[in-house]
Amino acid sequence: MLSGAITIASALVCISLILNLWRLFKGPDLSDRILALDTMYINSIALIILFGISIGSALYFEAALLIAMLGFVSTTAMCKYVLRGDIIE
Amino acid sequence: MEFWIELAVSVFLIVGATFVFIGSLGLAKLPDFYTRLHAPTKATTLGMSCLLIASMIIVTYRQGYLSLHELLITLFLLITAPVTAHMLAKTAMHHRVAILEKTSGKALSQRARERTIPKK
Repeated sequence: MLSGAITIASALVCISLILNLWRLFKGPDLSDRILALDTMYINSIALIILFGISIGSALYFEAALLIAMLGFVSTTAMCKYVLRGDIIE
Repeated sequence: MEFWIELAVSVFLIVGATFVFIGSLGLAKLPDFYTRLHAPTKATTLGMSCLLIASMIIVTYRQGYLSLHELLITLFLLITAPVTAHMLAKTAMHHRVAILEKTSGKALSQRARERTIPKK
């Protein structure tokens, strides 16, 4: 049952990554693209955690935590750059 | 493996993945930037919380002691998601991203855009 649930969850997360990619390419505005990137890193954290559950290793949580922190910093930096033309004033 | 633990983990995984999928579907299908902003920032944080709770249950069961790394990631995502959403909305507002016709209170957006820092 668990392996079936992991397969279904991975398929759903992969489909949502593809939808995010579509919005990233199509997005009529710059802020749409930043939002798509933001959602993509959150979904990739989900995929890494599913992989960690299916392999049975606790090693992947550090990677997920790193991606969470770097994703937040990069999204904030991009917003700040688009908004003000500078990151640290 | 204990049946109930497997059932709980499976239910949490399916519910979390469904929420993540709904968030991305909203991002792809909704008509306007501000509505698109609302879909992933809510649905995805809830979905990620469910997935991380499932991971916490199964790692605790496998290792035999309480695993709290996932709680750290959940807490971090719950703190940072509103901050990024606010910054994205501010960016869109100042860039005059098109608003849907039937949005109410458009004048407020205009007023917020023209407001400057108060002088001391």
